[in-house]
Amino acid sequence: MNTVTAEPLPRPTAAESVRSHWRHYPRFLMRLVWEAFDGNWKFYVWMTFLTCVALVGANAWATQVRDGMGLTHMSDHVSWGLYIANFTFLVGLAAGGVMMVIPAYIYHDEEMHKIVIIGELLAIASIVMCLLFVVADLGRPDRFWHLLPGLGRFNFPFSMLTWDVIVLNGYLILNLHICGYLLYMRFRGKSPNRKWYIPFVFISIVWAISIHTVTAFLYCGLGGRPFWNTALLAPRFLASAFVSGPAFIIVAIYAIRAAIGGNFGAGAVKTLLNIMRITILINLLMVISEVFTEFYTGGSHTSSARYLYFGLHGYNALVPWIWSSIGMVILAAAILLCPKVLDRPVMLIAACVLAFAGIWIEKGMGLIIPGFIPSTLHELVEYQPSLLEWKVTAGIWAAGLGIYTIALKVAINVFKVQRSETDV
Amino acid sequence: MNTETAPLESRDWTRRDALKGIGATLGVAAFAKALAPLTEWTQDLSVDQFLQKHYKELSPMDLAIVLARLEKETKEQYGADVSIKDYKAQPGVKFGYALNLSICIGCRKCAEACHIENNHDRPSAQSYIRVFEMQKGSLDMEKGNAHYDHPVPQKDKFYMPVQCHHCDHPPCVSVCPVEATWKEPDGIVVVDYNWCIGCRYCEAACPYHARRFNWTKPQIPAEEINPDQSYLSNRIRPQGVMEKCTFCLHRTRNGKLPACLEACPTGARVFGNLLDPNSEIRKVLAEKRVFVLKEELGLKPNFFYFFDV
Repeated sequence: MNTVTAEPLPRPTAAESVRSHWRHYPRFLMRLVWEAFDGNWKFYVWMTFLTCVALVGANAWATQVRDGMGLTHMSDHVSWGLYIANFTFLVGLAAGGVMMVIPAYIYHDEEMHKIVIIGELLAIASIVMCLLFVVADLGRPDRFWHLLPGLGRFNFPFSMLTWDVIVLNGYLILNLHICGYLLYMRFRGKSPNRKWYIPFVFISIVWAISIHTVTAFLYCGLGGRPFWNTALLAPRFLASAFVSGPAFIIVAIYAIRAAIGGNFGAGAVKTLLNIMRITILINLLMVISEVFTEFYTGGSHTSSARYLYFGLHGYNALVPWIWSSIGMVILAAAILLCPKVLDRPVMLIAACVLAFAGIWIEKGMGLIIPGFIPSTLHELVEYQPSLLEWKVTAGIWAAGLGIYTIALKVAINVFKVQRSETDV
Repeated sequence: MNTETAPLESRDWTRRDALKGIGATLGVAAFAKALAPLTEWTQDLSVDQFLQKHYKELSPMDLAIVLARLEKETKEQYGADVSIKDYKAQPGVKFGYALNLSICIGCRKCAEACHIENNHDRPSAQSYIRVFEMQKGSLDMEKGNAHYDHPVPQKDKFYMPVQCHHCDHPPCVSVCPVEATWKEPDGIVVVDYNWCIGCRYCEAACPYHARRFNWTKPQIPAEEINPDQSYLSNRIRPQGVMEKCTFCLHRTRNGKLPACLEACPTGARVFGNLLDPNSEIRKVLAEKRVFVLKEELGLKPNFFYFFDV
């Protein structure tokens, strides 16, 4: 039995509490802006570089909107290209962040819990990039409002794209809330109230699975595209996302360690490595399973796969892409499975970069593009992105990395301030 | 508690802050410059166009205003006097099309007539019809070729034009996120060119390669523009939206035949009302050896092929 030895402090009334938020929240936002524009010379060089690339991308996109998407190398045959490829990959990256959240909140991995915000912020940056890639792919971005429920005409539940709009924006809001709330509480030196974020964390775990599942359904629901029309697509998307997500986060942890020193995130890296060791093998197994089904069966439904892996009737633009992807993923798997890889950060980072790049190719040039080649009437029209498409793509990646850099910096510095306050 | 905002409040303005201010200003200016093409683009866009409602939500009054505006815009941008009407589906009509593969000679007159009738972009020679030269003895499209360039018909070949099949279960309609495309009561699948956002999901979903995207603003010399236009069919499409075959609804809803049928020199094409038991198309469906493309997808096309030899 507990005995009350002292009168508890009087709880602030609701009105007082609201007033205090009115006072502190703008300061919190000011602090975020301050952090975004302040740093050492490395930070300035990095951010200036990203801004320049983003500028090139913005200009390329504006030109594309003015003069039409004829400036891309997409056509009525290959009607989605580099933009949707990146979109698909980035949905996976956003979902991959959950591989920190699950150990942190479900398995109560303390080391992971301390830095889980790195994964949640990655989800935010990735979703922002996803949305930018979708906008870049629209022929009429000025009509974006037609998608807004209430204002426009939202073809829910029939169009899988409307489902995707809901799950992606929902995931963005969930993660903005979780990260924003935790940071704000740290900023005020208060301990966060579990009921204001724990339920959302658990929703976000399920939601992370849903974003990549729904994105896979966008493609595998199309009966006229046999290359996509496979039940394995959603599981394969998830398996590859759980490789690319942890790979990116491991590299990010080493980058933070380079910036702030210490042994930052050592325990988390170990857990993420163990996750990748499994998911990269599952991913390879699924590739083998697909390849077997396609090639052992044969017939015209498998012509996209034949085109992708070996070329068809003399057309073979994607062959180098897919074999480099497979090579990178196998090599990454081999390195990751070495017992000593944890002691050799260079090898670990190399493996992560290889896995990340390999899956980027697999989800983009290896999945979206061959779905269109040959076309539904079996015409062979190839696709290589135009310079403009590369510029827009680089611009969006630069914007996303900029957002991620600032978000990480804010998170790390707000946490540091909070630490020094409690020390005093 | 003031420590939180200490960096902001307890410092004087320094050279560093001034540099930052300059940097931020330059950054904003650079973005404005980078996005300048957008302002040039919006010069062609009116506010009315931006705010225009979905076709199905337009009152007769709204529609009249929209049609007048579109005629005016065509005059301004293309220098042509055109009439843009809105023809409604007639009750008791469901259109169907049949094509006689035994006599089609692959002359592509249908594709050409479509190009002219529907005010297609001239430089890309766009058309809603693709004609495939097929190997006799196989219906495998993989053995077909749409880019033949020699006298037709060739002895060992047969010819198969493909256009929108106006399916009863059109996947292009279900995937559209904004309901910019739908099936009309007379079976014609149409697009509201002023509502489409240009995501091209319908183009990915269509198994018959029936949809086309306006990758650039269509270019047509004023004297070549077909002035008899309608909102849901052959008016000149804006840049960045989808378009497709409409069975020439501006003609067929007025008792005329599609342009591709009229152009066909061999009489391979049969068009008519599937609900009229005495129509020619019903006769073909009842008596000929008829098939549809990709029947296994279950989309129930209203475009049929037949052999009669």
